[in-house]
Amino acid sequence: MMTKAGLIGLVLLILVGMLIVVPARAQIDLSGDWVAREHEDWQDRTPGPEAVDYSGLPLSAEGRARALSYSASSLSMPERQCLYYPPHYVVIGPQGLKIWSESDPVTGAVLAWKINAFLDRDTVTIWMDGRPHPSKNAVHSFGGFTTGVWEGTTLTTYTTHMKEGYIRRNGVVASDQTTLTMHFSRHGNTLTVTALIDDPVYLTQPHILSRSWQLDPTANMAIVPAPCVPEAELPGLKGEGAVPHYLPGENPFVNEVTRMYHLPVEVVLGGAEALYPEFRKKLKDMYVAPPACVRYCCGWGGPPGTTGRGLNCFLDGTGRLWP
Amino acid sequence: MRTHRLPILVAAVALSLVGRNRLFAQSSSAKAAAPIDLTGYWVSIVSEDWRWRMVTPAKGDYASVPITAEAKRVADTWDPAKDEAAGEQCRSYGAAGIMRVPGRLHITWQDDNTLKVETDVGMQTRLLHFGSWKTPKEAKPTWQGESAAEWEIAGEAARRRGVVARSLKVVTTHMRPGYLRKNGVPYSADAVLTEYWDLYKEKNGDQWLVVTTLVDDPRYLQLQWVTSPNFKMEPDGAKWDPTPCSAKW
Repeated sequence: MMTKAGLIGLVLLILVGMLIVVPARAQIDLSGDWVAREHEDWQDRTPGPEAVDYSGLPLSAEGRARALSYSASSLSMPERQCLYYPPHYVVIGPQGLKIWSESDPVTGAVLAWKINAFLDRDTVTIWMDGRPHPSKNAVHSFGGFTTGVWEGTTLTTYTTHMKEGYIRRNGVVASDQTTLTMHFSRHGNTLTVTALIDDPVYLTQPHILSRSWQLDPTANMAIVPAPCVPEAELPGLKGEGAVPHYLPGENPFVNEVTRMYHLPVEVVLGGAEALYPEFRKKLKDMYVAPPACVRYCCGWGGPPGTTGRGLNCFLDGTGRLWP
Repeated sequence: MRTHRLPILVAAVALSLVGRNRLFAQSSSAKAAAPIDLTGYWVSIVSEDWRWRMVTPAKGDYASVPITAEAKRVADTWDPAKDEAAGEQCRSYGAAGIMRVPGRLHITWQDDNTLKVETDVGMQTRLLHFGSWKTPKEAKPTWQGESAAEWEIAGEAARRRGVVARSLKVVTTHMRPGYLRKNGVPYSADAVLTEYWDLYKEKNGDQWLVVTTLVDDPRYLQLQWVTSPNFKMEPDGAKWDPTPCSAKW
């Protein structure tokens, strides 16, 4: 029979266990199917940006020159059709997120969080077991190498060893020297991911993007997407090995956004200065709004109360429906 | 019998200790209980929706806002000159829209339970009320409405593990009808604004404030409108530039 002192000791032991032991579990459960809310940068993420529109990007001169050399026809090359995006496509792309964790079968500790792959992005694996990042000389992959730590109820991740990849789908590239910090903050059924893309080559300051998703258990997202199958689309590209591109000064789309939206070309070509409120003073005497909406002018699509996304018209505001 | 009472007493003490964070949060002022320090000067970094925020877009450009047919009709009649003539030039500076307007914030504690958020653009003031504050029953709608604030509290199990949430939740009602976008995309007096303010400190010393913003409006929105404007901390108010509301620019 246990003595009084023994019993008190047992209870105190339980108490200490409750207060001190911090199991290696998630601080907040991020797992589930999260549907994208594309209410910011919708055009960039879904139909796609204008051919030359770098507004909102802190591009360096090198980043701008590289982007202007891009021709979307290069995506018709079979070897580029299935080209992957690095993990920053989590916040740049239009997709929902399927998130799950993988645990040590013996200790139960969370070893990694995973974010599903897409047709054009690898699975993001966020290592939670304290392992170090590889040597700076280690190979870079499209998936990169990501570690994570909990800061209160926020999961903060850090990615290195990525290959270069697009940060806007019109040819703006982040180099393979890029690092990526992401903060995952869940508030009820809303998940906001804030990403800081830091590229010493093509950007002059970290590029910040924050996006939100909402939990939808009916979304039934796949862990692995259907495979991308490349195919020669244009007869002229078959077997020639030429990469469509524009030489310096020859990109024909530089003035398109100026013509359509009346934005000065210095804005269209990007740069950190234009991200700050004081830049509006410069703009005041340079900008006159177009007399009418130019594109995507027909209102929100989808039946009321649904999560149908996008607009019910396309291109020139004539009401032409989405395919 | 006495042998069994003692463990129960100890267990009761244990449970009270487990809930200590919550008790502390309830009994102290919001300022003293703050898990994050939001005070200081913050500047908008417009790296998202640049074309819809830094300039006034064309009439009818409501891309990405899940508006109803009635909202579309209202937006199609937008007339900034008429707004200015009617003294309604602050419509795009109301609580549901102001955080996306490029500008600077100055955040201070007005008192132990009221966080004051001033904007230089539009010269607006938001008061975020903590604690037992209740929206006055006869409150008239204003541009910034009435805001109830609380520090988010981690779930019971997480708190037992010592986890502290680091976020501010704000719910705003009683807003005067305004614009979500400068070109007349409307929100109504029935709109409810829910915000989560998160603070992130980076390795390079930068501090970021990200405000996840949810707007529900049964009249003008088909879906909850979700955005998350970003602000970077500045060392001082050297660039603070009070500018009155403008309907045209």
